[in-house]
Amino acid sequence: MNALRRNVLKGAAGASTVAIAIAAGMLKPTQAMAAWNAPAFDAKNVGDAMKGLGVSAPADSKDILIKAPDIAENGAVVPVEVTSKIAGTTSIAILAEKNGTPLVGDFTLSGGAQGFISTRIKMGQTSLVRAVVKAGGKSYTAAKEVKVTIGGCGG
Amino acid sequence: MHMNRREFLQLLAVAAASGMALDSKSALAGNAPANFYDVPRHGNVSFLHFTDCHAQLLPVWFREPNVNLGVGSSFGKAPHLVGQHLLKQYGIKPGSAEAHAFTYLDFAEAAKVYGKVGGFAHLKTLVDKMRAQRPGALLLDGGDTWQGSATSLWTNAQDMVDACIKLGVNVMTPHWEAMFGADRMMEIINNDFTKAGMDFVAQNVVTNDFGDQVFKPYVMKEMNGVKVAIIGQAFPYTPIANPRYHVPDWSYGIRDDSMQKWVDEARAKGAQAVILLSHNGMDVDLKLATRVTGIDAIFGGHTHDGVPQPVKVKNAKGITLVTNAGSNGKFLGVMDFDVRGGKVQSYKYRLLPVFSNLLPADPEMDALIKKVRAPYESKLNEKLAVSDDFLYRRGNFNGTWDQLLVDALMEVKGADAAFSPGFRWGTTLLPGEDITMERLMDQTAITYPQTTLTNMTGETIKTIMEDVADNLFNADPYYQQGGDMVRVGGIEYTIDPTKKIGHRISNMTMKGKPVDASKTYIVAGWAPVAEGATGEPVWDVVASYLRDVKVIKGVKLNTPKIVGVGKNNPGIANYDGSYS
Repeated sequence: MNALRRNVLKGAAGASTVAIAIAAGMLKPTQAMAAWNAPAFDAKNVGDAMKGLGVSAPADSKDILIKAPDIAENGAVVPVEVTSKIAGTTSIAILAEKNGTPLVGDFTLSGGAQGFISTRIKMGQTSLVRAVVKAGGKSYTAAKEVKVTIGGCGG
Repeated sequence: MHMNRREFLQLLAVAAASGMALDSKSALAGNAPANFYDVPRHGNVSFLHFTDCHAQLLPVWFREPNVNLGVGSSFGKAPHLVGQHLLKQYGIKPGSAEAHAFTYLDFAEAAKVYGKVGGFAHLKTLVDKMRAQRPGALLLDGGDTWQGSATSLWTNAQDMVDACIKLGVNVMTPHWEAMFGADRMMEIINNDFTKAGMDFVAQNVVTNDFGDQVFKPYVMKEMNGVKVAIIGQAFPYTPIANPRYHVPDWSYGIRDDSMQKWVDEARAKGAQAVILLSHNGMDVDLKLATRVTGIDAIFGGHTHDGVPQPVKVKNAKGITLVTNAGSNGKFLGVMDFDVRGGKVQSYKYRLLPVFSNLLPADPEMDALIKKVRAPYESKLNEKLAVSDDFLYRRGNFNGTWDQLLVDALMEVKGADAAFSPGFRWGTTLLPGEDITMERLMDQTAITYPQTTLTNMTGETIKTIMEDVADNLFNADPYYQQGGDMVRVGGIEYTIDPTKKIGHRISNMTMKGKPVDASKTYIVAGWAPVAEGATGEPVWDVVASYLRDVKVIKGVKLNTPKIVGVGKNNPGIANYDGSYS
């Protein structure tokens, strides 16, 4: 464990990292909110969310790797990483299919950024976690099941 | 049935005369063959492995299951073989000492012939004997060592830590150990283990914040000039199956991608044999062995499967041997490798039952155990009741010990129904024996023993049962958690293990009436995983019931009707209910 790194960060615990980023001019508040896609994020099912993203019938792709636990340790913060090996990836969206509002995040990548995102999502129940990637004007998708269980009763 | 010694001997004589499956010569000698522990060494690299002893310092009875169903591709394959099916698969003679060790067959009778199993003083004698023939052999502890007895709970695991140091454990990986809290665990590792030169390894536990390794992922050792690596794998679902609040800052999981990385690193550093000391459970290990390459053998635990010989699993680059070494100190795995030309050429494996009658107690270990127990003897030996019944726990659906627990919970708490976790630890009690406080603690000694009383709708009850059934019977082993089905008191039901979640449980009835999805029922339970429960500890509730009842007789085992598994399933026999 890197105790030193952890303690240094504790010193800055008063302000959230996003706030620090804004203060340092890395992100402007307007920029962070500019592209809020209400129709997609408010959608109550996967189909409408896809429509909101401007995606229809994305092709299944083995070049999208989703790293997420088989069984969530805590449904409130499920770590999800998506790697897109598809050349020219411009966005990666994550959907938890059985969430009340399935679209969890839509990340826009530009300037040749690596097709990689890492985040934590909230899940209410066992569901497919789906990644939707846009690249070269086309859309691709892959999914992995994450189980959310009541817990207890183990060995 | 209270049986004294004379009556028992009469029974044995009758059994032998009627050709019952007891070796009459052994029965008369009360013994296994004299050369039982003559195990010639093979090759130049040896590992000794015990796992899931669940803190049983003294010899115990432990009955293997008569229901251990395999689903999907596991159907009818080790470890999902019980009774005669297991004997046949491994060529073990019915009625022999080994047949008694590996199966439930004629348990109560055979137990009296062959005596108790395990016990650290006897295990120590066996370990030393094996080591004397195998200079440099390493002793590996697969975890679930610190939990399961009154004394381990009351000494905050110190009794087991001291006993393992004396036993000469070299490398360990955890599961229940974490339920003493992360701080206590690190205290033991950083002090006791460090001082004793013992390694604690787990590649699949990382910090929540940065994903840093919490423990060493593996250790390199040298044995007779051969470099070997031992990688550790903690129980992947510790924060789910057990209370997360004991390990709030750690994340577990199977993590076979990082596993591959550590195997490759160890090989690059010159390891000629790579071992995985695993608490995955056998089905998970069997799947992992198909996906991760470069592991010579997995020494597994968690699912408490006493599997006489390794399963050879093919993967892209070779073969991985998968073993599972039972529980409760009953077995010692002995793996000999012949390593030449930079790799494992051949192996010999034995899973030796630890018969305490055949192995004299090691005096020093014996003294340590006596010292540990001394302050608690009167409490441990308090006689709560006598049991005319045969009390055991292990099996996919229910055991008589668990039935006793749910009966007590319903009675004392005034509940309609009761749940008890499908734990696989817990010793066995022969008919006529006393139920002491110690034996009750064998079934209940955990750090979150609170009892609960909850209003639940029929729908919620079904959801819980479906959830637990999926943790046991999901066709993909990576979604299995390695416990048994929740024990249910007060509700009868039908289960189809082969179905998907939400569709396995049906025909739920209470006192002959269908359970109503919208009606509210009062349900008792224990071992809550949520923080803050304040109910009376389960051992106090059950002890008060036992003191009141005094004689346990005619415990009625509530077993579900099983469908979908077939009449000729090798994972079930002598079932106390119907199955098809």
